Amino acid sequence: MPGSASYAILFLGTLLEALVVVSALKRKVFRKYFVLNLYMVLCLVVSWGRHYTLAREGFGSLAYRYFYFYTDALLTIVLYFGLISLYVSVFEEMKVARYLRLGAVVLLAGTSWFTYAVVSQSSQKILTYFVFELSQNLYFVGLVLTYVLWAAVLKMRQTPALLVQLVLSLGIYFSFFAACYALSNLHPTLYSRVSIFFPVVGCLLPLSWAYAFWRVPNDVRLTPARLAVAVPR
Amino acid sequence: MIAALVLACSILFFLQFFVPYCRSLIAASSSHVLSPEVQDVTGLTSPASGEDFHRVVQLLRLCPDRPEDRGEIRAIGVYFGMLNTLKSMTHSIAPAVRSWTERECGRCTYFAAVALDRRVAFSRDLLAQQIEA
Repeated sequence: MPGSASYAILFLGTLLEALVVVSALKRKVFRKYFVLNLYMVLCLVVSWGRHYTLAREGFGSLAYRYFYFYTDALLTIVLYFGLISLYVSVFEEMKVARYLRLGAVVLLAGTSWFTYAVVSQSSQKILTYFVFELSQNLYFVGLVLTYVLWAAVLKMRQTPALLVQLVLSLGIYFSFFAACYALSNLHPTLYSRVSIFFPVVGCLLPLSWAYAFWRVPNDVRLTPARLAVAVPR
Repeated sequence: MIAALVLACSILFFLQFFVPYCRSLIAASSSHVLSPEVQDVTGLTSPASGEDFHRVVQLLRLCPDRPEDRGEIRAIGVYFGMLNTLKSMTHSIAPAVRSWTERECGRCTYFAAVALDRRVAFSRDLLAQQIEA
Protein backbone atom coordinates (compact mmCIF):
# COMPACT_ATOMS: atom_id res chain seq x y z
CA MET A 1 0.00 0.00 0.00
CA PRO A 2 1.25 3.52 -0.68
CA GLY A 3 2.28 5.48 2.39
CA SER A 4 0.85 8.68 3.77
CA ALA A 5 3.41 10.69 1.77
CA SER A 6 2.04 9.22 -1.50
CA TYR A 7 -1.50 10.09 -0.48
CA ALA A 8 -0.38 13.62 0.46
CA ILE A 9 1.25 14.09 -2.96
CA LEU A 10 -1.86 12.68 -4.70
CA PHE A 11 -4.04 15.08 -2.74
CA LEU A 12 -1.70 18.03 -3.43
CA GLY A 13 -1.70 17.24 -7.15
CA THR A 14 -5.51 17.11 -7.21
CA LEU A 15 -5.68 20.42 -5.33
CA LEU A 16 -3.29 22.08 -7.78
CA GLU A 17 -5.24 20.74 -10.78
CA ALA A 18 -8.39 22.32 -9.34
CA LEU A 19 -6.42 25.53 -8.72
CA VAL A 20 -5.42 25.70 -12.41
CA VAL A 21 -9.06 25.54 -13.51
CA VAL A 22 -10.16 28.08 -10.88
CA SER A 23 -7.29 30.43 -11.84
CA ALA A 24 -8.15 30.15 -15.55
CA LEU A 25 -11.81 30.92 -14.81
CA LYS A 26 -10.83 33.84 -12.59
CA ARG A 27 -8.55 35.28 -15.28
CA LYS A 28 -11.16 34.59 -17.96
CA VAL A 29 -8.78 32.51 -20.08
CA PHE A 30 -10.62 29.20 -19.64
CA ARG A 31 -11.97 29.24 -23.20
CA LYS A 32 -8.75 30.57 -24.70
CA TYR A 33 -6.79 27.63 -23.27
CA PHE A 34 -9.73 25.23 -23.35
CA VAL A 35 -7.82 22.01 -24.14
CA LEU A 36 -5.29 22.66 -21.37
CA ASN A 37 -8.13 23.22 -18.92
CA LEU A 38 -9.95 20.16 -20.24
CA TYR A 39 -6.77 18.20 -19.49
CA MET A 40 -6.77 19.51 -15.91
CA VAL A 41 -10.48 18.66 -15.46
CA LEU A 42 -9.78 15.14 -16.79
CA CYS A 43 -6.82 14.88 -14.39
CA LEU A 44 -9.21 15.69 -11.54
CA VAL A 45 -11.67 13.00 -12.64
CA VAL A 46 -8.88 10.45 -13.16
CA SER A 47 -7.37 11.28 -9.73
CA TRP A 48 -10.73 10.61 -8.14
CA GLY A 49 -11.09 7.36 -10.16
CA ARG A 50 -7.61 6.20 -9.17
CA HIS A 51 -8.27 6.94 -5.53
CA TYR A 52 -11.57 5.04 -5.72
CA THR A 53 -9.98 2.02 -7.44
CA LEU A 54 -7.06 2.10 -5.02
CA ALA A 55 -9.36 2.11 -1.99
CA ARG A 56 -11.59 -0.64 -3.43
CA GLU A 57 -9.15 -2.98 -5.18
CA GLY A 58 -5.79 -2.27 -3.50
CA PHE A 59 -2.44 -1.04 -4.80
CA GLY A 60 -1.21 -4.39 -6.15
CA SER A 61 -4.46 -5.31 -7.91
CA LEU A 62 -4.70 -5.78 -11.67
CA ALA A 63 -7.76 -3.51 -11.78
CA TYR A 64 -5.77 -0.60 -10.33
CA ARG A 65 -2.84 -1.19 -12.70
CA TYR A 66 -5.07 -1.38 -15.76
CA PHE A 67 -6.97 1.70 -14.67
CA TYR A 68 -3.70 3.58 -14.01
CA PHE A 69 -2.03 2.83 -17.36
CA TYR A 70 -5.15 3.19 -19.53
CA THR A 71 -6.06 6.55 -17.99
CA ASP A 72 -2.41 7.62 -18.26
CA ALA A 73 -2.51 6.96 -22.02
CA LEU A 74 -5.78 8.86 -22.31
CA LEU A 75 -4.36 11.84 -20.41
CA THR A 76 -1.20 11.83 -22.53
CA ILE A 77 -3.29 11.99 -25.71
CA VAL A 78 -5.32 14.91 -24.32
CA LEU A 79 -2.10 16.68 -23.28
CA TYR A 80 -0.75 16.10 -26.80
CA PHE A 81 -3.78 17.92 -28.19
CA GLY A 82 -3.25 20.58 -25.51
CA LEU A 83 0.19 21.13 -26.99
CA ILE A 84 -1.35 21.38 -30.46
CA SER A 85 -3.74 24.03 -29.10
CA LEU A 86 -0.66 26.02 -28.01
CA TYR A 87 0.63 25.73 -31.59
CA VAL A 88 -2.72 27.10 -32.78
CA SER A 89 -2.41 30.03 -30.30
CA VAL A 90 1.15 30.83 -31.42
CA PHE A 91 0.32 30.66 -35.13
CA GLU A 92 -3.13 32.23 -34.75
CA GLU A 93 -2.43 35.06 -37.16
CA MET A 94 -1.29 32.71 -39.92
CA LYS A 95 -4.72 30.98 -40.02
CA VAL A 96 -3.23 27.50 -40.18
CA ALA A 97 -5.25 25.91 -37.36
CA ARG A 98 -6.89 23.40 -39.73
CA TYR A 99 -3.55 22.17 -41.09
CA LEU A 100 -2.05 21.99 -37.61
CA ARG A 101 -4.91 19.82 -36.37
CA LEU A 102 -4.69 17.58 -39.43
CA GLY A 103 -0.92 17.26 -38.98
CA ALA A 104 -1.42 16.42 -35.29
CA VAL A 105 -3.88 13.62 -36.10
CA VAL A 106 -1.55 12.21 -38.77
CA LEU A 107 1.41 12.32 -36.34
CA LEU A 108 -0.65 10.64 -33.61
CA ALA A 109 -1.75 7.93 -36.06
CA GLY A 110 1.88 7.47 -37.15
CA THR A 111 3.09 7.17 -33.54
CA SER A 112 0.31 4.65 -32.81
CA TRP A 113 1.22 2.60 -35.88
CA PHE A 114 4.92 2.62 -34.94
CA THR A 115 4.08 1.58 -31.37
CA TYR A 116 1.83 -1.24 -32.61
CA ALA A 117 4.53 -2.44 -35.01
CA VAL A 118 7.08 -2.63 -32.16
CA VAL A 119 4.72 -4.19 -29.61
CA SER A 120 3.19 -6.80 -31.94
CA GLN A 121 6.62 -8.38 -32.49
CA SER A 122 7.60 -8.71 -28.86
CA SER A 123 4.56 -9.32 -26.70
CA GLN A 124 1.52 -11.52 -26.18
CA LYS A 125 -0.57 -8.93 -24.31
CA ILE A 126 -0.63 -6.56 -27.23
CA LEU A 127 -3.26 -4.08 -26.03
CA THR A 128 -1.82 -3.61 -22.53
CA TYR A 129 1.73 -3.09 -23.76
CA PHE A 130 0.50 -0.95 -26.64
CA VAL A 131 -1.16 1.46 -24.19
CA PHE A 132 1.97 1.62 -22.02
CA GLU A 133 4.36 2.07 -24.96
CA LEU A 134 2.10 4.64 -26.64
CA SER A 135 2.28 6.85 -23.53
CA GLN A 136 6.08 6.65 -23.53
CA ASN A 137 6.37 7.41 -27.24
CA LEU A 138 3.93 10.30 -27.01
CA TYR A 139 6.01 11.86 -24.24
CA PHE A 140 9.01 11.93 -26.54
CA VAL A 141 6.96 13.14 -29.55
CA GLY A 142 5.45 15.82 -27.28
CA LEU A 143 8.92 16.84 -26.14
CA VAL A 144 10.20 17.25 -29.70
CA LEU A 145 7.06 19.18 -30.72
CA THR A 146 7.40 21.47 -27.68
CA TYR A 147 11.02 22.12 -28.60
CA VAL A 148 10.01 23.03 -32.17
CA LEU A 149 7.27 25.30 -30.80
CA TRP A 150 9.76 26.99 -28.44
CA ALA A 151 12.17 27.50 -31.35
CA ALA A 152 9.32 29.19 -33.26
CA VAL A 153 8.40 31.34 -30.25
CA LEU A 154 12.04 32.44 -29.94
CA LYS A 155 11.82 33.93 -33.42
CA MET A 156 8.90 36.14 -32.46
CA ARG A 157 9.39 39.71 -31.34
CA GLN A 158 6.76 39.84 -28.61
CA THR A 159 4.82 36.94 -27.10
CA PRO A 160 2.39 36.92 -24.15
CA ALA A 161 4.31 35.99 -20.98
CA LEU A 162 1.53 33.59 -20.07
CA LEU A 163 1.95 31.62 -23.30
CA VAL A 164 5.75 31.54 -22.85
CA GLN A 165 5.41 30.10 -19.34
CA LEU A 166 2.81 27.53 -20.43
CA VAL A 167 5.07 26.30 -23.25
CA LEU A 168 8.23 26.17 -21.14
CA SER A 169 6.61 24.36 -18.21
CA LEU A 170 5.12 21.83 -20.64
CA GLY A 171 8.61 21.31 -22.11
CA ILE A 172 10.07 20.70 -18.63
CA TYR A 173 7.28 18.21 -17.89
CA PHE A 174 7.69 16.28 -21.14
CA SER A 175 11.49 16.22 -20.96
CA PHE A 176 11.48 14.91 -17.39
CA PHE A 177 9.10 12.06 -18.20
CA ALA A 178 10.88 11.24 -21.46
CA ALA A 179 14.19 11.10 -19.54
CA CYS A 180 12.67 8.86 -16.85
CA TYR A 181 11.21 6.44 -19.41
CA ALA A 182 14.49 6.37 -21.35
CA LEU A 183 16.38 5.64 -18.13
CA SER A 184 14.03 2.80 -17.25
CA ASN A 185 14.41 1.40 -20.78
CA LEU A 186 18.18 1.47 -20.39
CA HIS A 187 17.96 -0.31 -17.01
CA PRO A 188 14.51 -1.94 -16.59
CA THR A 189 15.25 -2.60 -12.91
CA LEU A 190 15.34 1.16 -12.33
CA TYR A 191 11.66 1.64 -13.28
CA SER A 192 10.36 1.00 -9.77
CA ARG A 193 12.84 3.58 -8.38
CA VAL A 194 12.29 6.17 -11.09
CA SER A 195 8.48 5.86 -10.90
CA ILE A 196 8.60 7.17 -7.30
CA PHE A 197 9.27 10.64 -8.75
CA PHE A 198 6.31 10.54 -11.19
CA PRO A 199 3.66 11.90 -8.75
CA VAL A 200 6.04 14.67 -7.58
CA VAL A 201 6.82 15.76 -11.14
CA GLY A 202 3.15 15.35 -11.98
CA CYS A 203 2.49 18.12 -9.43
CA LEU A 204 4.96 20.50 -11.10
CA LEU A 205 2.89 20.99 -14.26
CA PRO A 206 -0.33 22.09 -12.47
CA LEU A 207 1.79 24.13 -10.04
CA SER A 208 3.50 26.10 -12.81
CA TRP A 209 0.28 26.51 -14.79
CA ALA A 210 -1.62 27.64 -11.70
CA TYR A 211 1.14 30.19 -11.04
CA ALA A 212 1.03 31.37 -14.67
CA PHE A 213 -2.78 31.72 -14.74
CA TRP A 214 -2.92 33.27 -11.27
CA ARG A 215 0.05 35.60 -11.32
CA VAL A 216 1.00 36.51 -14.90
CA PRO A 217 -1.27 39.29 -16.29
CA ASN A 218 -2.83 38.71 -19.73
CA ASP A 219 -1.37 41.88 -21.24
CA VAL A 220 2.28 41.34 -20.22
CA ARG A 221 4.43 40.45 -23.22
CA LEU A 222 8.01 39.22 -23.32
CA THR A 223 10.71 39.19 -25.94
CA PRO A 224 11.47 35.44 -25.99
CA ALA A 225 14.90 35.88 -27.58
CA ARG A 226 16.02 37.63 -24.37
CA LEU A 227 15.14 34.54 -22.33
CA ALA A 228 17.45 32.29 -24.31
CA VAL A 229 20.92 32.17 -22.77
CA ALA A 230 23.44 34.31 -24.58
CA VAL A 231 26.56 33.84 -22.48
CA PRO A 232 29.33 36.25 -23.55
CA ARG A 233 32.53 34.70 -24.85
CA MET B 1 21.34 2.68 -27.97
CA ILE B 2 18.09 4.47 -28.87
CA ALA B 3 17.15 4.71 -25.18
CA ALA B 4 20.53 6.32 -24.42
CA LEU B 5 20.00 8.79 -27.26
CA VAL B 6 16.50 9.62 -26.02
CA LEU B 7 17.88 10.09 -22.50
CA ALA B 8 20.64 12.43 -23.70
CA CYS B 9 18.16 14.44 -25.83
CA SER B 10 15.70 14.66 -22.94
CA ILE B 11 18.32 16.00 -20.53
CA LEU B 12 19.49 18.52 -23.13
CA PHE B 13 15.91 19.61 -23.86
CA PHE B 14 15.19 19.80 -20.13
CA LEU B 15 17.98 22.35 -19.70
CA GLN B 16 16.84 24.21 -22.83
CA PHE B 17 13.41 24.64 -21.23
CA PHE B 18 14.38 25.04 -17.59
CA VAL B 19 16.80 27.95 -18.02
CA PRO B 20 14.45 30.15 -20.14
CA TYR B 21 11.59 29.25 -17.77
CA CYS B 22 13.57 30.58 -14.79
CA ARG B 23 14.56 33.66 -16.80
CA SER B 24 10.90 34.26 -17.73
CA LEU B 25 9.97 34.16 -14.01
CA ILE B 26 12.76 36.62 -13.23
CA ALA B 27 11.79 38.88 -16.15
CA ALA B 28 8.16 38.95 -14.99
CA SER B 29 9.22 40.22 -11.54
CA SER B 30 11.94 42.65 -12.68
CA SER B 31 9.46 45.50 -13.24
CA HIS B 32 8.15 45.22 -9.65
CA VAL B 33 9.33 48.09 -7.43
CA LEU B 34 10.29 46.95 -3.94
CA SER B 35 8.55 48.57 -0.97
CA PRO B 36 10.79 50.76 1.26
CA GLU B 37 10.35 48.29 4.18
CA VAL B 38 11.68 45.35 2.15
CA GLN B 39 14.52 47.50 0.81
CA ASP B 40 15.45 48.39 4.40
CA VAL B 41 15.20 44.83 5.72
CA THR B 42 17.14 43.24 2.86
CA GLY B 43 19.57 46.14 2.45
CA LEU B 44 19.73 45.42 -1.28
CA THR B 45 21.89 47.64 -3.41
CA SER B 46 21.10 48.51 -7.01
CA PRO B 47 21.79 46.28 -8.93
CA ALA B 48 21.23 43.44 -6.45
CA SER B 49 24.14 41.18 -5.66
CA GLY B 50 24.08 37.39 -5.85
CA GLU B 51 25.84 37.26 -2.48
CA ASP B 52 22.62 38.39 -0.78
CA PHE B 53 20.51 35.58 -2.27
CA HIS B 54 20.71 33.14 0.66
CA ARG B 55 20.06 35.92 3.19
CA VAL B 56 16.93 37.07 1.31
CA VAL B 57 15.71 33.46 1.03
CA GLN B 58 16.19 33.04 4.80
CA LEU B 59 14.04 36.14 5.36
CA LEU B 60 11.51 34.69 2.93
CA ARG B 61 11.27 31.53 5.04
CA LEU B 62 10.33 33.62 8.07
CA CYS B 63 7.16 34.82 6.31
CA PRO B 64 3.96 32.73 6.13
CA ASP B 65 4.15 30.33 3.20
CA ARG B 66 2.15 30.85 0.00
CA PRO B 67 1.66 27.62 -2.02
CA GLU B 68 1.41 29.37 -5.38
CA ASP B 69 4.95 30.82 -5.28
CA ARG B 70 6.69 27.91 -3.52
CA GLY B 71 7.55 26.06 -6.75
CA GLU B 72 8.87 29.19 -8.44
CA ILE B 73 11.16 30.07 -5.52
CA ARG B 74 12.49 26.51 -5.54
CA ALA B 75 13.05 26.67 -9.32
CA ILE B 76 15.00 29.92 -8.98
CA GLY B 77 17.00 28.34 -6.12
CA VAL B 78 18.01 25.49 -8.45
CA TYR B 79 18.85 28.00 -11.22
CA PHE B 80 20.96 29.99 -8.74
CA GLY B 81 22.83 26.79 -7.81
CA MET B 82 23.48 26.05 -11.50
CA LEU B 83 24.80 29.59 -12.03
CA ASN B 84 27.13 29.28 -9.04
CA THR B 85 28.48 25.98 -10.37
CA LEU B 86 29.06 27.58 -13.78
CA LYS B 87 30.73 30.57 -12.09
CA SER B 88 33.15 28.41 -10.14
CA MET B 89 33.91 26.25 -13.21
CA THR B 90 34.70 29.21 -15.45
CA HIS B 91 36.26 31.33 -12.70
CA SER B 92 39.68 31.73 -14.24
CA ILE B 93 38.98 30.54 -17.80
CA ALA B 94 36.34 33.05 -18.96
CA PRO B 95 36.00 36.31 -17.02
CA ALA B 96 33.12 37.45 -19.29
CA VAL B 97 31.08 34.38 -18.32
CA ARG B 98 31.86 35.08 -14.67
CA SER B 99 30.52 38.63 -14.86
CA TRP B 100 27.42 37.37 -16.72
CA THR B 101 26.72 34.75 -14.02
CA GLU B 102 27.18 37.42 -11.33
CA ARG B 103 24.58 39.60 -13.05
CA GLU B 104 22.20 36.65 -13.33
CA CYS B 105 22.73 35.77 -9.65
CA GLY B 106 21.88 39.39 -8.78
CA ARG B 107 18.62 39.07 -10.74
CA CYS B 108 17.83 35.88 -8.78
CA THR B 109 18.31 37.88 -5.56
CA TYR B 110 15.95 40.56 -6.83
CA PHE B 111 13.34 37.86 -7.66
CA ALA B 112 13.60 36.53 -4.08
CA ALA B 113 13.20 40.09 -2.72
CA VAL B 114 10.05 40.57 -4.87
CA ALA B 115 8.66 37.28 -3.53
CA LEU B 116 9.43 38.54 0.02
CA ASP B 117 7.66 41.80 -0.74
CA ARG B 118 4.56 39.92 -1.96
CA ARG B 119 4.54 37.65 1.09
CA VAL B 120 4.84 40.65 3.45
CA ALA B 121 1.93 42.38 1.64
CA PHE B 122 -0.10 39.14 1.79
CA SER B 123 0.55 38.73 5.55
CA ARG B 124 -0.38 42.37 6.13
CA ASP B 125 -3.68 41.93 4.25
CA LEU B 126 -4.42 38.77 6.21
CA LEU B 127 -3.78 40.56 9.51
CA ALA B 128 -5.97 43.50 8.47
CA GLN B 129 -8.80 41.09 7.59
CA GLN B 130 -8.49 39.35 10.98
CA ILE B 131 -8.60 42.70 12.83
CA GLU B 132 -11.70 43.75 10.86
CA ALA B 133 -13.40 40.42 11.63
